[in-house]
Amino acid sequence: MATAENTAPRSFPRIEFTGAEAGLKEFPGSKSRSYNYFTPRKKRATMYEDVTVDVQPDPERHLSQGWIYGFADGKGGYPLDWTALRSGDWHLFLDPNEEWEQTIYRNNSNVVRQIQLNLENAKKAGAYRDWPMAWVTFLERHLGAWMHAEHGLGMHVFTSEQRSAPTNMINTAIAVNSAHKLRFAQDLALYNLDLSEAEIGFDGAAHKEVWHADPAWQGVRENVERLTAIGDWAESLFATNVVFESLVGALFRSHLVMQIAARNGDYVTPTLVGTGEHDHDRDLRYTRALFRMLTTDETHGEHNRDVLRGWLETWVPLSVRAAHELQPIWSQPQEKPATFADSFDAATAGLRGLLSDLNLSEPKGLSQ
Amino acid sequence: MSRQSLSKAHKKITELSWEPTFATPAKRFGTDYTFDKAPKKDPLKQILRSYFPMEEEKDNRVYGAMDGAIRGNMFRQVQERWMEWQKLFLSIIPFPEISAARAMPMAIDAVPNPEVHNGLAVQMIDEVRHSTIQMNLKRLYMNHYIDPAGFDVTEKAFANNYAGTIGRQFGEGFITGDAITAANIYLTVVAETAFTNTLFVAMPSEAAANGDYLLPTVFHSVQSDESRHISNGYSILLMALADEDNRKLLERDLRYAWWNNHCVVDAAIGTFIEYGTKDRRKERDSYAEMWRRWIYDDYYRSYLIPLEKYGLVIPHDLVEEAWDRIYTKHYVHRVAQFFATGWPVNYWRIDPMTDQDFEWFESKYPGWYNQFGRWWEEYNRLRYPGRNKPIAFEDVGYEYPHRCWTCMVPCLVREDMVVDKVDDQWRTYCSETCHWTDKVAFRPEYEGTPTPNMGRLTGKREWETLHHGRDLADIIADLGYVRDDGNTLIPQPHLDLDDPKKLWTLDDVRGIPFASPNVLLNEMSDAEREAHIAAYKANPNVTSATA
Repeated sequence: MATAENTAPRSFPRIEFTGAEAGLKEFPGSKSRSYNYFTPRKKRATMYEDVTVDVQPDPERHLSQGWIYGFADGKGGYPLDWTALRSGDWHLFLDPNEEWEQTIYRNNSNVVRQIQLNLENAKKAGAYRDWPMAWVTFLERHLGAWMHAEHGLGMHVFTSEQRSAPTNMINTAIAVNSAHKLRFAQDLALYNLDLSEAEIGFDGAAHKEVWHADPAWQGVRENVERLTAIGDWAESLFATNVVFESLVGALFRSHLVMQIAARNGDYVTPTLVGTGEHDHDRDLRYTRALFRMLTTDETHGEHNRDVLRGWLETWVPLSVRAAHELQPIWSQPQEKPATFADSFDAATAGLRGLLSDLNLSEPKGLSQ
Repeated sequence: MSRQSLSKAHKKITELSWEPTFATPAKRFGTDYTFDKAPKKDPLKQILRSYFPMEEEKDNRVYGAMDGAIRGNMFRQVQERWMEWQKLFLSIIPFPEISAARAMPMAIDAVPNPEVHNGLAVQMIDEVRHSTIQMNLKRLYMNHYIDPAGFDVTEKAFANNYAGTIGRQFGEGFITGDAITAANIYLTVVAETAFTNTLFVAMPSEAAANGDYLLPTVFHSVQSDESRHISNGYSILLMALADEDNRKLLERDLRYAWWNNHCVVDAAIGTFIEYGTKDRRKERDSYAEMWRRWIYDDYYRSYLIPLEKYGLVIPHDLVEEAWDRIYTKHYVHRVAQFFATGWPVNYWRIDPMTDQDFEWFESKYPGWYNQFGRWWEEYNRLRYPGRNKPIAFEDVGYEYPHRCWTCMVPCLVREDMVVDKVDDQWRTYCSETCHWTDKVAFRPEYEGTPTPNMGRLTGKREWETLHHGRDLADIIADLGYVRDDGNTLIPQPHLDLDDPKKLWTLDDVRGIPFASPNVLLNEMSDAEREAHIAAYKANPNVTSATA
């Protein structure tokens, strides 16, 4: 035990009143209280602009000595040729969601709270007890398989892309997209765990076999795996958020699960899957803004539209096939309020609207 | 979430990954390391469902403290000497943070372990948090501290300044070259595990002693994420050690990463702590004492040495040499003197040292006064414009140093400087290890083994080359280090804001030519160069009593 004898005397730093507060003196520069090295989009810079713009430097903006470390080929930093798309000024892109750390944690924590509250209430109310067995099987197999797709995109498409785009604004938007996907995949997995423990005959391991071997899912798995294999960051972003998410993601989440769950006695699953749709809406906002900037670029717009048309020709057929291979699962629930044809029409209408926003015409094969 | 349910939940989310059969993820970032024989090692478990609310709560505490600091008018009591150095520090640090986020997919590409992938993906989000929370702290300083000039130009200045470039290694080193060298050994095993201790723990404590409790609030919140990052790095390191073929690369990378972190981080943080503080209590730990505790004991002895039994070759010699440079060779003091010499091309003000400072330095670093005392007296004497040029251009017995081609801190321990013709250019290096880094390590072959993924040192590495032969006033104007009246300089060699006549302007520095030591070195004949190098190494660079 410490005693007066063996406790060394302590001293403390002296606090002084220094008068180092804003406005106490006037001198050149004393009122210069905004970041002055970029032009804000509006009259005053937003918090988002202040904490994001120019944090990743660029030889075309201020970086006078260039990149000081490079890869083996000598390229450093964020090479512009990591995508076939071009821009007169990549820095014009600002994320319409204005994501920075506070928005990331507030939004995702709100989702976490919403889901946890819903799941707690569902457990308390015994909400899973009266589900038809066909619906239990539908969830264990198909919602279970879908969580792999979300995880694969989060980990091997978006996380990877956020290293590669040329500005901090683009990379940060993509990093947040990645966080959404990874969180949503985990939410689905933990929901799967809850259902496994609910004593309703839910097989929590069935999803693995379905994802690997069920013919209905092999087109989706192939599509996801091929998306992870793209080297061009903008191509993988476009092929994922514009093509796959419209034709397969929204098709499954919004135009199937969200439409049929309630008719099968399930008011819980839509609240969870709805968060994935909410994330997707948010992520689509920045995706639309980015590609619209590129397709309307004064100098490179035509080149970019050509490249994007090529990417549509590659990726639309793959996603259309993946969507059609999923068709059998529409008939598996007991209640079937939505037909595949209706759902697919809604998904393609979404893609058409998006392509129209991007000044891109409808690719061949979309009407299959 | 209870520990049991966390463990169960974590086990469940491991079911999300799968072995692809149609196509495998693109290998955008290569490595010369192999993980074929590596047993999978798990990092700390983290579920996003608990992660997001935890971080939100941490954020709420940070932002609550920020509100409190403004309402309580913290800036009445912050030391200007301290805050001025934050203009440099906070211009640098958000870039390494965001670079760490960008580095995560490089490690994910390289390491075949889904458990590690999850940890790295969460780290990616952490790093976005760190970068933007630090930018926001700086924004608050700009809004509430008496002199916002320098904060207002922050990211531009970081990108075009000699000191910003030194700091930029501590970010670019994470994102280029061999994926494991960059994103694991340099970033996580050395930078995060060793040097964040001085960055995010020792420095905030000094901030508090200088009246600033917001830096500790933000940086301790940041540091609380680091244990997970350290765990990510440790898992990958253990996996790499499992393959004998990696041992040589690990030895190379640990030597490079250790030495470069020492050169860069100790230069910057050592200067901030020793020359930014007004706390001169004798009981206050010096940077050397902090380093001994946080780096030597906690990192080297407790973390690195135990890894020897797994076959890791520890750079004992470089750890001892770093300590010797800090304590015996006065590395930090030489860097601080260099920063103060170069004050006209800074974007912060540097307070002169006083008798009280002299006394403290002498007690902590015996011999300090003889080496540096008279120079700081000259700095004080020459601090106002009108009768003299900036100290770098007056004869005070200080020879402007050559810059190290590798770490870009000047060759300040002059007797250790190495000069060599590399890639057809005469280059100067601060030490044997920096010379080895450029000439041997960052090459496509290492000790007879091809290393096709190893990075390269690139760019215009000597800052002075960009400005060789130009007028100092033009350089400062182009850099943008001028206040909003268009004439008064942002940098000043004192803190006196009361009298406009005491503030240096472009007019006061016009007509002063600026020269690059490296350009001049390359223009010399062989005989001239040899004589110059011998004289440089022999010059103690001490201001005489009669200067």
